[in-house]
Amino acid sequence: MVQINLPKNSEVQKGNYYQDKTGSKNIRKVNVYRWDPSNGENPRVDTYEVDMDNCPSKVLDILNKIKNEIDPSLAYRRSCAHGVCGSCAMNMDGKNGLACTKPHSEIEGDINIYPLPHLKVKKDLIGDLSGLYKQYESIEPWLKTNTKVETTEILQTKEDRVKLDGAYECIMCACCSTSCPSYWWNGDKYLGPAVLLQAYRWIVDSRDDEKKKRLKKVADELKLYRCHTIMNCTNACPKGLNPAKAIAELKKMLATS
Amino acid sequence: MSSYKIIDHEYDVIVLGAGGSGLRAAVGLSEAGLKTACISKVFPTRSHTSAAQGGISASLGNMGEDDWRWHMYDTVKGADWLGDQDSIEYLCKEAPAAVIELEKYGVPFSRTDDGKIYQRPFGGMTKNYGNGIVQRTCAAADRTGHAILHTLYGQALKHNTEFFIEYFALDLLMKDGECKGLIAWNLNDGTIHRFRAHSTIIATGGYGKAYYSATSAHTCTGDGNAMVLRAGLPLQDMEFVQFHPTGIYGHGTLISEGVRGEGGYLVNSKGERFMERYAPKAKDLASRDVVSRSMSIEINEGRGVGKEQDHVHLHLSHLDKSIIESRLPGITEAARLFANVDVTKEPIPVVPTVHYNMGGIPTNYKAEVLTGNDSETVPGLMAIGEAACVSVHGANRLGSNSLIDLVVFGRAAAKRAAEIVKPGTPHEDIGETETEKCLERFDKLRNSNGENSTAELRLSMQKTMQSKCAVFRTEKTLKEGVDDIRKAYDGMESISVKDKSLVFNTDLVETLEFDNLIRQAITTVDSAYNRQESRGAHAREDFPKRDDEKFMQHTIAWCNGKDSKIGYRPVTKTTLTNEVQYFPPQERVY
Repeated sequence: MVQINLPKNSEVQKGNYYQDKTGSKNIRKVNVYRWDPSNGENPRVDTYEVDMDNCPSKVLDILNKIKNEIDPSLAYRRSCAHGVCGSCAMNMDGKNGLACTKPHSEIEGDINIYPLPHLKVKKDLIGDLSGLYKQYESIEPWLKTNTKVETTEILQTKEDRVKLDGAYECIMCACCSTSCPSYWWNGDKYLGPAVLLQAYRWIVDSRDDEKKKRLKKVADELKLYRCHTIMNCTNACPKGLNPAKAIAELKKMLATS
Repeated sequence: MSSYKIIDHEYDVIVLGAGGSGLRAAVGLSEAGLKTACISKVFPTRSHTSAAQGGISASLGNMGEDDWRWHMYDTVKGADWLGDQDSIEYLCKEAPAAVIELEKYGVPFSRTDDGKIYQRPFGGMTKNYGNGIVQRTCAAADRTGHAILHTLYGQALKHNTEFFIEYFALDLLMKDGECKGLIAWNLNDGTIHRFRAHSTIIATGGYGKAYYSATSAHTCTGDGNAMVLRAGLPLQDMEFVQFHPTGIYGHGTLISEGVRGEGGYLVNSKGERFMERYAPKAKDLASRDVVSRSMSIEINEGRGVGKEQDHVHLHLSHLDKSIIESRLPGITEAARLFANVDVTKEPIPVVPTVHYNMGGIPTNYKAEVLTGNDSETVPGLMAIGEAACVSVHGANRLGSNSLIDLVVFGRAAAKRAAEIVKPGTPHEDIGETETEKCLERFDKLRNSNGENSTAELRLSMQKTMQSKCAVFRTEKTLKEGVDDIRKAYDGMESISVKDKSLVFNTDLVETLEFDNLIRQAITTVDSAYNRQESRGAHAREDFPKRDDEKFMQHTIAWCNGKDSKIGYRPVTKTTLTNEVQYFPPQERVY
């Protein structure tokens, strides 16, 4: 079998160990991926002993506690803290999710926190999502309508509106796309579940007049058909959405149109 | 400061912030053919507009008769007569077209049986000048902000707006009282960028994180407000901080007013629907300040629920399951995640939580920033959204009036900038003094090696604001607040920043944000201390009455370091057109 080695400067090394200073009897070990682009050093995993008696329930609370009380240099994105902005997507206990909605009680043993997989890391837990954002732009996420009516809304039945449920709620956290092996391999060409879900959202919007063009645009060996129904995306979605189903629907529409 | 690499840019207009108002402005500017940059410290769809739940107000009349004048009256009354009625007229009159425009952009609004935009009842929204409840709040389930933000980002992409994402703005570039652009730090690679523009539009949102318990995101640090203060310009009506009645107890997550709009209600430990006592007509749909005060009184008088009797219950389990599923799915999820509650079976524990800043950068209805001296404007500077104080919300904002504020005034700013700025006008030389001053502060904070961690100082500021400048205020608590908040400021003398790097140095970002927050905290508590009356969200136990003679005026606060200067300017008592008459002050009962 072929042996694949990481380049030397990518090997993750053992990092610093931060011992608890509070004297707490309820300690958990939290291992966090660290990488600073400015010092030329390899990535490392730092371990923090965290006092769980004074820590609220989510993984983000642990990170905030580390940053506020132990090591302010730890870098991660966070904003709304209740699962609507999508900033704090990361890999926790081997699974992608939002740190602000993931209860740490669901993790057994030491808590391992890494950036979203297969992204270029900018620093510590901050991944580079610019590729995914470009792909999002490519599906032209805006309504294309020929309506001449200006003073009132475009009518949409309740039944047609329901079709958007499960798609418009996507917060673009990228948990799904970065959990997808197909996206890992072909992330430059395959649109991935997050972006395909958004493509689907505009295709099924009854108000949009370019359904056919939109479908044609994604009907591509690489853009769409690199989905092999692995279903990691649906497993990973912290909002309970089902991108795999949306992709299947797209394939079905193409097969029957 | 020559050690910092500075990259120069020239634009016709720059927008700072990419939430609802910033994006709407950017779309309008691009449409008008102006070379526009939109600068944001987070990716646009991460902005806090995404957290808005219940809806966006506009008198579409899809669910029964409505009139923009009724909406205007409700807003004037909600604002406790501190709003400027010319701006409020503009807001309410423009609202229906603004919502229709959003729908055309693609916002997935919920629908009525005949396919129109669904509208729900909301606090303080009435028909025929206070006579009965009206359904005016247009909703996309309970994810209206999310739906609008993502749609507006799509529109900005459609119009090829140039984005500078994950750039942290440091200071405005001022010359002879005019704004010439701003300086920002690119977190991605650590470079410093100088943006020149003929018009700079601040759309940086509120500063909820000055408080300990807020529905606000971590990023709500009012950076634009602080930049304005550092430029020697004032902020207006900063004492008016809205406490949302229903933040989840212990966590602060927002539970939409839409829950009460759909029929939910508040209950104390005796099982009473106590709002019936405080607001016999509107009950649970009274204005937010009224509901928050009523809850606080219930809790203070020992009728709170829970072990500490320090919160109340929000019931919605009596609602039809299909209504909860279709119209309140987001709060169902939030209640499960953050209160461990199944809303179809149990009540949600809630407590008044800091939610919105009525105060901010003073502007006229065209979004032009005011100097504080009469109606004089600051050339080259505009402000919109929660960062601005137009003032349409006065002393208290009505629920669902913020989203409409974003799009109406975002559009107004773009319109005004297009009138003032001729595309491609060359930029005059401005010298290096402002840049030097800005980078000096940046460099000093970056290299600080003191005793106090940013997190400790921030916590001390937040606790001070939470305990001394809360729902109910007195001379004593405010005086303590005025003194204590300065201790947190003084702590900055010996602040420590551990990370000295320039790429995604979030240690330094949080320190700069603290520097921004503390200035706003000082103006807030000082403004509150000086306002000796009760009006809207500012409730003084020692001055329980509204005093129109003395205080029907906007507070104007300047802040230089920890020194503030307080002044007042009159509320606009005229309307914009003859289509509506001025609403003179009345007693405010719901």
